[in-house]
Amino acid sequence: MADLALTRKLPGERQNLADAAFKLATWFFAVFVLVLLGAVIVALIDGSVEALRRFGPGFVLSEDWNPVKQTFGARAPMVGTLITSAIAMLVGIPISFGIAVFLTQLCPTWARRPLGVGIELLAGIPSIIYGIWGLFVFAPFMQSHIEPFLIDTLGKLPGIGPLFAGPPLGIGMLTAGIILGIMVLPFISSIMRDVFDTVPPMLKESAYGLGCTTWEVMWNVVLPFTRVGVIGGIMLGLGRALGETMAVTFVIGNAHRLSTSLLAPGTTISAALANEFTEAVEDIYQSSLVALGLILFVITLIVLSAAKYMLIRLQSRAGT
Amino acid sequence: MAGPSALYQRRRMGNAVLLVFSLGATVFGLFWLAAILGTLLYNGFEAVSLEMFVQTTPPPGSAGGLANAIVGSLIMTFVGVVIGAPIGLLAGTFLAEYGHYSRISPIVRFINDVLLSAPSIIVGLFVYQVMVIHMGHFSAIAGAVALAIIVIPVVVRTTEDMLNLVPNALREAAAALGTPKWKVVVMVSYRAAIQGLVTGVLLAIARISGETAPLLFTALNNQFWSLNMDAPMANLPVVIFQFALSPYEDWQRLAWGGALLITFAILGLNIGARALASWGGTKSGA
Repeated sequence: MADLALTRKLPGERQNLADAAFKLATWFFAVFVLVLLGAVIVALIDGSVEALRRFGPGFVLSEDWNPVKQTFGARAPMVGTLITSAIAMLVGIPISFGIAVFLTQLCPTWARRPLGVGIELLAGIPSIIYGIWGLFVFAPFMQSHIEPFLIDTLGKLPGIGPLFAGPPLGIGMLTAGIILGIMVLPFISSIMRDVFDTVPPMLKESAYGLGCTTWEVMWNVVLPFTRVGVIGGIMLGLGRALGETMAVTFVIGNAHRLSTSLLAPGTTISAALANEFTEAVEDIYQSSLVALGLILFVITLIVLSAAKYMLIRLQSRAGT
Repeated sequence: MAGPSALYQRRRMGNAVLLVFSLGATVFGLFWLAAILGTLLYNGFEAVSLEMFVQTTPPPGSAGGLANAIVGSLIMTFVGVVIGAPIGLLAGTFLAEYGHYSRISPIVRFINDVLLSAPSIIVGLFVYQVMVIHMGHFSAIAGAVALAIIVIPVVVRTTEDMLNLVPNALREAAAALGTPKWKVVVMVSYRAAIQGLVTGVLLAIARISGETAPLLFTALNNQFWSLNMDAPMANLPVVIFQFALSPYEDWQRLAWGGALLITFAILGLNIGARALASWGGTKSGA
């Protein structure tokens, strides 16, 4: 009898064991994702301690970046990152909005999918391809056509004139910002499309029934209803633009100085890392670059968390 | 009478402006896709030849190909996926199958989505700090680990989404037969969602095969033929980066050839993954 009971029980026990092991494994790797984020932060802090201790808070304020004298300040790349991302948003937000409106409201149903996939494929092109294309095709185009035009027109205006002063070099903040703007199009427009589709048809139909035009429905009904999600999508695009590396590295010019002109070469945090990290032999140089990376990571974490928070809020509202 | 009709005219004008603008925006977006692909074809086509696939990267001024870089990219992508995909698969399984009432699930989901968009150059920096410094030299395995870290959030996300699409009735039917939970997951949920899971892995491959920034500080580059995982290894993105910025014309031509190769491989993967997903969708919908 005891033997029989044993053989009967054994398979069940083995299954229980397998069950517990499998569940533990899935739990372990879920926690692993959290540990990964923590480990990245710890490693970056550990690597940047030397620079932060040497330069203190002056690190983020100083513009001086001199590998020969071993003094480093993060202001130029930080400001460069913010300016290029701002240009990217100026280009990306209205265009993404237009694309989302077209694909959700105007486009004939049969063309929706191919056109949508076409826009999304922009996200599939690796950033280094944007870089090589930007350097050999887009920058010369900017230099010979767009920038002389900007210098002659906007450059002469009082107030904003200094933003468009200087020789047309082709490479610089403006070129990098515009390429970033193209790169974030698929991310922002796909989220806008998704959230526009969550608007209950009845709301839109009521507005159309009152005689509203498509523009009025978009502006007065759809946008207010989806505001949180739209902002979330924009923040997601901003997060991408802030950390984008290769495309910017090719066309930014890598100059560690601030200039008022958007046409002048500059640098961003990610471009400085890509260009200089493998050449940085001195500890303090390398540590300063890691500190730059830490700053970038913290900024993008904040932006992306805000984006995610807003999208979750929209989701939970749509769920109720 | 003049008032309302002027208002009406203005409203119609505003509407027309929006419609034209949105059409223009879509054309603008698609134009860049066409412009980039066109440039790649125009510049890269002459570089694509048999030599590109069989010879190694040359010193400036002599003939050569990209064979070592192509093989290096394939190896590191493969190892990266082999490390990253199972981790992502299991973590995604936890979120979809076990973690409904767990307190860590929303946190994992949130952090995973943040990691999904985090700058890839930071991943390179991280792997440099924890692996390259301790090993004392750049290596292919460090590059593969960096790529694996980028794979994980992509696979976690798609795995969870795809498992959530599996109808609960299937799981309940299996559970009612006395099937242990792990067997329900592996033999019912995974099987029902297999196309979606494969799609996720394909998208992850597409994502990492063009990544340059994380490889700069980890695998670096190698001018010679090398299959040693413990040494620097050539890879397409970094070779493109170095050759494109060089002043030598034959290097630049090879960079265009590599760019053409990598872009169409990635776009092919993207389209293939989409086709697989929608094919799976129509099948389960029917």
